[in-house]
Amino acid sequence: MSQDFKTAIDNALNNANIATALGRFSEAYPPAREKAYADVDFDDIRRRVVQVKKYSSEHLEELAETFVKAAESSGATVFRAKSPDEVKQYILKLAQARGVKKLVKSKSMTSEEIHLNSYLKDSGIQVDETDLGEWIIQLAKTKPSHMVMPAIHMTKEEVADIFSKEVQERISSEIPRLVKVARKEIRDKYFEADMGLSGGNIAIAETGTIVLVTNEGNAEIVTTLPKIHVALVGLEKLVATYKDIEPQLLALPKSATCQKMTSYVTMITGPTPNNDGTMKELHIILMDNKRSEMAADPKFRQALQCIRCASCLSVCPVYRLVSGLVFGHVYMGGIGTILTAWFNDLQTSSDLQTLCVQCGKCKEICPAGIDIPELILEIRRRLASTQGLPFIQKTALSVINNRKFFHSMLRAAYLAQKPFEKEGFIRHLPMFLSGLAEHRSLPVIAREPFRDLFKKIKQPKGRIKVAFFSGCAIDFIFPRIGEAVVKVLNKAGIEVVYPEAQSCCGIPHWGSGAFDMAADAAAHNIKALLENDVQYVVTACASCATALKKEFAKVLKDEKMTSLIPQAEKLAAKTFMFSELVSKLIEEKRLAPKEGQSIQKLTYHDSCHAKRHVGVYQEPRAALTAVGYELKEMFECDTCCGMGGSYTVKQPELSMRMLNRKLKNIEDTGADFVAMECPGCLIQIGGGLDKAGSKVKAKHLAELMEDKIE
Amino acid sequence: MFNTFKAAAEAVGAEVHRVRTNKDALALIKDFLLKEGIDNVAGAQALWANSSILSEQEKQQLSSDRPGLCFDVTRDASRLAKIGISEMDWGVANTGTVAQDATAIEERVVSTLPIIHIAILKTNKIVADLSELLRKMDPRKSRYIRLITGPSRTADIERVLTIGVHGPERFVVVCVDEPQGGNS
Repeated sequence: MSQDFKTAIDNALNNANIATALGRFSEAYPPAREKAYADVDFDDIRRRVVQVKKYSSEHLEELAETFVKAAESSGATVFRAKSPDEVKQYILKLAQARGVKKLVKSKSMTSEEIHLNSYLKDSGIQVDETDLGEWIIQLAKTKPSHMVMPAIHMTKEEVADIFSKEVQERISSEIPRLVKVARKEIRDKYFEADMGLSGGNIAIAETGTIVLVTNEGNAEIVTTLPKIHVALVGLEKLVATYKDIEPQLLALPKSATCQKMTSYVTMITGPTPNNDGTMKELHIILMDNKRSEMAADPKFRQALQCIRCASCLSVCPVYRLVSGLVFGHVYMGGIGTILTAWFNDLQTSSDLQTLCVQCGKCKEICPAGIDIPELILEIRRRLASTQGLPFIQKTALSVINNRKFFHSMLRAAYLAQKPFEKEGFIRHLPMFLSGLAEHRSLPVIAREPFRDLFKKIKQPKGRIKVAFFSGCAIDFIFPRIGEAVVKVLNKAGIEVVYPEAQSCCGIPHWGSGAFDMAADAAAHNIKALLENDVQYVVTACASCATALKKEFAKVLKDEKMTSLIPQAEKLAAKTFMFSELVSKLIEEKRLAPKEGQSIQKLTYHDSCHAKRHVGVYQEPRAALTAVGYELKEMFECDTCCGMGGSYTVKQPELSMRMLNRKLKNIEDTGADFVAMECPGCLIQIGGGLDKAGSKVKAKHLAELMEDKIE
Repeated sequence: MFNTFKAAAEAVGAEVHRVRTNKDALALIKDFLLKEGIDNVAGAQALWANSSILSEQEKQQLSSDRPGLCFDVTRDASRLAKIGISEMDWGVANTGTVAQDATAIEERVVSTLPIIHIAILKTNKIVADLSELLRKMDPRKSRYIRLITGPSRTADIERVLTIGVHGPERFVVVCVDEPQGGNS
């Protein structure tokens, strides 16, 4: 991460206005979106959007050719531009040929992508944004921070200051008053402009139509009053047929602005008459700017399905902390990182991609079905393979794959930490390490790892045998959790085996873009875990579960180790998270709650891996309430705690902000415990609560179950 | 269908009226203009684009009753007009949307520039949903199709919903039951 970028993050984090404005926005968005989708089936709409846009991404050239023919036959002039320069020159030449002095614009991300405004301004043409948010940004001489609401990071007081300066009169910060000022100021500009420039939400190939989806009404005026209309459209906006627009018209208003329908939808096909009887001139520019290259890349092609609703920003836990001013170039957030890697270059996305914590919230709500986290990992992988990983990171990742060496290192670390340890936590670290323990206490490395403890637990010889995959954290930091898991399973008469050869699941490697090392970890563990003839493989770590159930097969495919895939699938099929198996055992009455327990309140934290990667979130709640806990759901129960594996080390400031929100939400429930099924989250949340001196105890679900069941 | 349309349109801030005949619609609009002060001051404070509910005779009568109302929709007149009146082709029940072929620029200036837009809609032209509307309208036949749902709105400052940013602040739909000749 560059120093400039680090400074930008710090500045954003210290900007109280960003925190207030985006904090409020990000909390209001999810329920509002939910309401907009209330009486329709989101999954069905998403399926239809994907169907249309996937076809487009696979037929870009063919659709572009059809569009050109249709639009030209309707009387429009179509220009196909390969590069941003070609677009800029075309518009400037046209403006000069027609004597255009003033141009009004409705919102167009594509024009921002090519920095059109400054180019035209430098060539002596006055350019005025008319979208309220864009106009604020233009007057403030800053850049948009959100793709749908460009000025969402600014407070009304800031806007009032900017407007006051523009109209040279003190204007109050009442929002309706500010909106009136904009209406009045911009109104004259429409009438004076010689050219109107719009973007296009959809371009229909079969009819040569441009579709605009808006709320303010400025796009309609921009495309009506000036006698020349230029529509600038990226190639990815093409759809094949008129009927293909329906899924996007259903999804876009709901996902972008939480409306069932926007105020306006406009479809323009060819020139229309002006008020004086002449015909309007309509120019449509279809811009490529690397979209064709992207379409030829089997991994990244799906990013062309994006409909620019920006819901991925609106739910991103990192975006809300730093805004699109930091997390973005022209396009923002997760999808912005991906588009930047193409529309600019891979290197420009190199800082941006470090911000992604891989929580998967964006993927969950994307109406175009784009696997944003996976594409960010692919960027990481390509960066790692072209530039290599930093030496220290690479060494660390190699070490955890080498179990024997890792062991001896941890032993040394256990001894070295002794002076700092108190009650199982490290609360202060000396000098340069102090940052790590500033906001949360660090867990200590256990005296005896789980793999040694396990040997002392006598196993019943049962009908059912399971292999326990502990993962690194339970093995070396939280062996107690491992003991609890074994104890509960034993109570159901299940025999547990611990395959000694198991090693790190590879999630840290995968998350760092070191797919080769992740594939090695997959191969190694598949062999170790399938060696015993067991009915289930159980893990009590959500990240390991993700590896075993999902990623092994994927990463083996990526690394062309396809012969192992059938075994990876076999392993995935028999892998259960502890809570999954326990709730099944309770249901089958093989485990029963103990009678006469006092009722304690707990709240449940969904780890990103459990909720969004392996889809386990009902089972732990069912198991915990079955044994008598009273569940008090917290606000944003499935929002990332900020741990994100090595994220907490690479982005400590952001990680801590996420943690602090989580801690507050936990405290607000008034629960005695916060339960979770991920040792990584437990390090973060447990450490945070300890450091804050909270009365709430963070516990792994297995620890909370072991004495309440028989 | 009308009830669904009305509920959905009102939920997004539109005002919805229903009358039986064209004459009733005319009376309602006349009354509306009076309330909004478009009465005896000559000049275009209100603009009415082509509408099937008006006969030539009624137009002349209206012009003399309401000197502020003008049927000659020009660019300059639209700049100052407070109210715009136009007739829609379709309504969509589940979103409270109205839609029209707005290829004629007059249709667009009266519905985008004034602070109040009165949209006349035949009640029997309300369809169930977007899917049905898209089947009724065709970009190959209409060069400029407009779908309107409620007043002009923005949430660009602090995500606070504010109406009337560039287009109409009040969006009034007058549904008329009397079927149009041959269109019922």
